[in-house]
Amino acid sequence: MMAGDKEGLFSQKNRRLLIDPLDDDNPITVQVLGICSALAITVQLKAAFVMSLAVMFVLVFGNLIVSLLRNMIPNRIRIIVQLIIVAFLVILVDQVLKAYAYDVSKELSVFVGLIITNCIIMGRFEAFALANGPWKSILDGIGNTIGYAVILIVVSFFRELFGSGKLMGYEVLGHKGKTLAESTGLYHYGYENNGFMMLAPMALITVGILIWFQRSKNRKLIED
Amino acid sequence: MDRNSNLYTFIFAVLLVVGVAAALAFTATTLKPLQAENVKKEKMQNILSTIGVNVSRDEAGQQFEDYVKEEMALNADGTVNESVDAFKIELMKETKKPKEEQAFPIYLAEKDGKQFYVIPLFGAGLWKEIWGYVALGSDKNTIVGASFDHAGETAGLGAEINQSWYEDQYIGKTIFDENGTFVSVRAIKGGSQPGDIHGVDAISGGTITCDGVNAMVAERLENYLPYFKNN
Repeated sequence: MMAGDKEGLFSQKNRRLLIDPLDDDNPITVQVLGICSALAITVQLKAAFVMSLAVMFVLVFGNLIVSLLRNMIPNRIRIIVQLIIVAFLVILVDQVLKAYAYDVSKELSVFVGLIITNCIIMGRFEAFALANGPWKSILDGIGNTIGYAVILIVVSFFRELFGSGKLMGYEVLGHKGKTLAESTGLYHYGYENNGFMMLAPMALITVGILIWFQRSKNRKLIED
Repeated sequence: MDRNSNLYTFIFAVLLVVGVAAALAFTATTLKPLQAENVKKEKMQNILSTIGVNVSRDEAGQQFEDYVKEEMALNADGTVNESVDAFKIELMKETKKPKEEQAFPIYLAEKDGKQFYVIPLFGAGLWKEIWGYVALGSDKNTIVGASFDHAGETAGLGAEINQSWYEDQYIGKTIFDENGTFVSVRAIKGGSQPGDIHGVDAISGGTITCDGVNAMVAERLENYLPYFKNN
């Protein structure tokens, strides 16, 4: 974009930054970034939500900082500079969670630290924020985290539902007692949770099914 | 200044690192009291849970005062060390000292007219430290509740030690055999025999963590034998 070029805050181009990562350019299913946390954190819906929020904070502010510094960052140490910025924001999130949302911080424990290694973040810094202005970078950050969050939430929905019969911690399929007579809901008729859904391989398979579904629906992604 | 010169790179790196360090140091210091309060209340929650009192973290402070009548630090010979605040003892540091110099914290709680002895535990798991609390009934023999936690055991395997299905197995087990010899309570690989009053089922795939729990329970409880003998 040339200097002086007027462009609305939500011009079509900017809107695409928000919308593309939801489907055509989804960070997980199309760019295949951030798979590690998609496997680790999708056992429960709640953890997936919190993880998405934390990633959104880090990515949006990180993109903004990198974008503001983009004309100052020495090229040769740019990766290290990006790393410091991510690490800074992650430690900030971790400290704030420990002070104000202790339970959540316990639940996420190591995963908060793992945001640093979330490829989406470094990927977007390097591929987008270093080359674009602050506003666009913020939009890109929001777009990509929503794309990430959607997949995380869909995967954890199925994993929590079939793996432990709960959603957001509520027993939606009934309560499993020690005997059939004590159980309610589906469990009363002999339904069993699928323990396999709790393990990481099923997350990979679920993501795989999502990718398959998406590719069969979205014409732009169909390869010859 | 040339953005690719060594000097520029160097100055940029120094400024960035100093700036980030200052900002983080400031946040950490400001939030420290709030974080410490959370940790303290969680400790109270854990102690209360072993005597069957489950409270939210907000209520923990008040409930703790209601139920826990006495907090004591013991010397290795079982006498009470008045100069140490039991609640403030950090077992991670304490267990590094030789036995004779350690202070052993114990909490005397009372619920529904019954006396309980709550003993904090600390030991090593597979990856990082593990800790917990065991409450003994007034006979100083029967476990009435146990609570374990860990810093970084494998999720789904060793990490299961903080789940109630594992912790609740300890309820009703005894730490002395019929001759009055200290035998502790052990998690047994392959499952404990029915009727075993000193054994619980270990966790499949969590053997090293369970070995750590066994060692921790046995090593910690043994330190309180002189006190139990004299009181």
